Amino acid sequence: MGVEGIGASVVRKEDKRFITGKGRYVDDIKLVGMTFAQFVRSPHAHAKVKGIDSSEAMKMPGVIAVLTGQQLVDDKVGNLICGWAITSKDGSPMKMGAWPAMAPETVRFVGQAVAVVIAETKNQARDAAEAVVVTYEELPAVPDVRAAIKPGAPQLHPEAPGNVVYDWALGDEAAVNAAFAKAANVVSLELANNRLVPNAMEPRSAIADYDAAEEHFTLYTTSQNPHVARLVLSAFYNIAPEHKLRVIAPDVGGGFGSKIYIYPEEMVCLWASKKTGRPIKWTGDRSESFLTDAHGRDHVSKAEMAFDKDNKILGLRVKTHANFGAYMSLFSSAVPTYLYATLLSGQYVIPAIYAEVMGVYTNTVPVDAYRGAGRPEASYLLERMMETAARQLKVDPTELRKKNFITQFPYQTPVIMAYDAGDFHASLDAAKKAIDYEGFPARKAKAKTEGKLRGIGVSCYIEACGIAPSKAVGSLGAGVGLWESAEIRVNPVGTIEVLTGAHSHGQSHETTFAQLISERLGVPISQVSIVHGDTDKVQFGMGTYGSRSLAVGGSAIVKAMEKVESKAKKIAAHLLEASEGDIVIENGEFKVTGTDKSLALPMVALAAYTAHNLPEGMEPGLKETAFYDPTNFTFPAGAYICELEVDPGTGKTTFVNFVAADDFGRLINPMVVEGQVHGGLAQGIGQALLEGAVYDENGQLVTASFMDYTMPRADDLPSFKLSHTTTLCPGNPLGVKGCGEAGAIGASAAVINAITDAIGNNKLEMPATPDRVWHVIHGKAA
Amino acid sequence: MSTVKLTVNGRAVSADVEDRTLLVHLLRDHLNLTGTHVGCDTSQCGACTVHVDGRAVKSCTMLAAQAAGSSVTTIEGIAKGDELHPMQAAFRDNHGLQCGFCTPGMIMSAIDIVHRYGGKLDEATVRHELEGNICRCTGYHNIVKAVLDAASRMKVAQAAE
Ligand code: FES
Ligand code: FES
Repeated sequence: MGVEGIGASVVRKEDKRFITGKGRYVDDIKLVGMTFAQFVRSPHAHAKVKGIDSSEAMKMPGVIAVLTGQQLVDDKVGNLICGWAITSKDGSPMKMGAWPAMAPETVRFVGQAVAVVIAETKNQARDAAEAVVVTYEELPAVPDVRAAIKPGAPQLHPEAPGNVVYDWALGDEAAVNAAFAKAANVVSLELANNRLVPNAMEPRSAIADYDAAEEHFTLYTTSQNPHVARLVLSAFYNIAPEHKLRVIAPDVGGGFGSKIYIYPEEMVCLWASKKTGRPIKWTGDRSESFLTDAHGRDHVSKAEMAFDKDNKILGLRVKTHANFGAYMSLFSSAVPTYLYATLLSGQYVIPAIYAEVMGVYTNTVPVDAYRGAGRPEASYLLERMMETAARQLKVDPTELRKKNFITQFPYQTPVIMAYDAGDFHASLDAAKKAIDYEGFPARKAKAKTEGKLRGIGVSCYIEACGIAPSKAVGSLGAGVGLWESAEIRVNPVGTIEVLTGAHSHGQSHETTFAQLISERLGVPISQVSIVHGDTDKVQFGMGTYGSRSLAVGGSAIVKAMEKVESKAKKIAAHLLEASEGDIVIENGEFKVTGTDKSLALPMVALAAYTAHNLPEGMEPGLKETAFYDPTNFTFPAGAYICELEVDPGTGKTTFVNFVAADDFGRLINPMVVEGQVHGGLAQGIGQALLEGAVYDENGQLVTASFMDYTMPRADDLPSFKLSHTTTLCPGNPLGVKGCGEAGAIGASAAVINAITDAIGNNKLEMPATPDRVWHVIHGKAA
Repeated sequence: MSTVKLTVNGRAVSADVEDRTLLVHLLRDHLNLTGTHVGCDTSQCGACTVHVDGRAVKSCTMLAAQAAGSSVTTIEGIAKGDELHPMQAAFRDNHGLQCGFCTPGMIMSAIDIVHRYGGKLDEATVRHELEGNICRCTGYHNIVKAVLDAASRMKVAQAAE
């Protein structure tokens, strides 16, 4: 490896602007003549909009326009779409109600926009929005998923009788029934996966700018996938044809899934910019983030696992109810189906699996992918199941797992996935060693003498990321392909620009992608620029989510680099009068093996552009493009072990140790990989201990600010001990797997398993707040 | 409307602002110092932290008018030309940032923490003191490392002065 190539923990190129306050986020951008939007939002979870009186607002200083949902309808702006069609087990298509960007008739969750005020200043827009009088006729609301499917429950959409979007199943029900019929032991578990608010620290923001002369729109937006945004805005929302719409996602302050979707605010700002002839900025405040960013998780499940007399798993049966909120967000339908049930085999040989998932409308904020998206729900269910089973079967939980680990690869699970590589024993052994698993009983006994309840909990996760191949996801209902593109431009002076369809909002692409180039072409990373996040610069791309950037986007870069290299070698061979096969690249030099003849990359590049002396018939220039469509998902896996103490007097949990042993295949920049794991672990631990979106029975979000929704803070978390084991991913040229979501997928089960071990009671839901834990310890209902 | 005069990053500035204008908006909207961020509307996240007369303050909790006559330092004002402040360098060297949105506030808080504790900082103290700054990306692990690293760099720098 070179000092800046693959495997080097180089510090990040992007950091300088962030640590000096020179980052450029959407809200930092000002356009000449820019106006401000403020949305008028429903205070009710379910109501008819009877009238909107904007006459007072229109008289207020600086107000340019007050626009309503009916005007959107009149202008034929499209409704929001859901991009993945799921078919119910009876063969019927999913049943969706319309989601207009501003509600003309009915509001279905608190915070849904009904009108927008455009004014000269932000304060003027705010003041005027308060003066818009909306008359509502309140309707009964149902925020809870199980209540929503009861007979007599309030109905959200006429298109979805009983509030059921779909009733879907995966797996072989008869085989599972047969497995349970011959079981020596059956373990059952009921659990909820708590609803989370993503809370990227940068609130969503958009600036729309319409150029009437060119009939052209520019949108600056906090997006994880600007090209997908342009496609959807163009093809489905009728904003403008794609060549008349430029979408720019500059520095984006975290996403975690919540910035994948194309939200009503962006649509409305674009449309309103044309209507008013002025650039319009909207920046959500944190309260709006809570009320309008897509939430995550929110499942309730029942599961049963069948074991034979030797504690080998025979089968798994799962029934899940997934809360979708009031509308189907862009990828919501795929999350509790193809991103969830397909991971229910975990790291284990489970001969038969049957999963049923009912997706349900409720009067809450729409729910969609949040870091992990379906895989955390699967992993949490399965890993609590394994721990519960070990306790019931009275065997060590790590031994029960080891007995059932998959050891032969490739391995075809009964739920679609074909795992390509892994070594689950290696990661569990590494984690056990790191935490001194064997010494735990002695530590527990000692803690007891100090009045503390000590517990240890294991979680062995596997996840599927770099979602692919396009053909396969298409056959499962996806509306898009999931490839990635790359373009490499070697400039005449030998510096390099890499254009990628992936988008970095914390993932460090400007550094790690440059490392890929440095490794191959031997140039310092300072001579490589990564260009992303602008539809005018990058031709097309699918963006960043699902831990896909390196496995898919990085592979596209490798493919483009191969083409550049091949052409450059031809040029070098021609100039050095050698045969192409004798050219090798070392430290940025094209050398003829066995001789001292060489040419530096800039000379080769210059020759490509002067075109004075190129091989016969060769086109000038040194720029190549590649599209990469993966052949399979990648399957990161690992083992997390958490050791903690519970104070029986207060129910408070204190971490003693948290170890993670992950297998991400080849690491490009270990420092960056570890940072991704830290962040994921924090979100997984946050889910386990602190975070939970709570609605009251009327559909009011009770936890709608950082004062009510507990974000993990520095003193809530331990320092983490990380290690890596390695099996290379055979499916992509770099041998890499995704690392962005693993922590969030694996951590929550480890924490809850440790607490339930400490308190000797398995009936514990997330978040395991001191209050909840205390009540479980003391045998009282919380 | 009133005219607020104060010193920002060593320069005397004056701005005409609405009375309800917060210090953070004076900095961002009137002075174009957009390194100071807004991450919440309840004074919880710390993304807006700046120094007012040498102490870390959440600039969303203060009216611009209250800062009249004060000396304010923002993230843009702590490096000496091309030479990064030791806290900035430590954040970069320890990978204490990912998306960078919380980072200016983190750095401004962290400098104040080191000033207040001098060399007597340990991990638990740093974690406790960072309670007013939320980061969603890093899990704080590398932020804590960066602050401890910077504390020793700043001690060395002080000794050298
Ligand atoms: S913006 Fe000031 S504390 Fe969040
Ligand atoms: S680095 Fe993204 S919020 Fe801290």
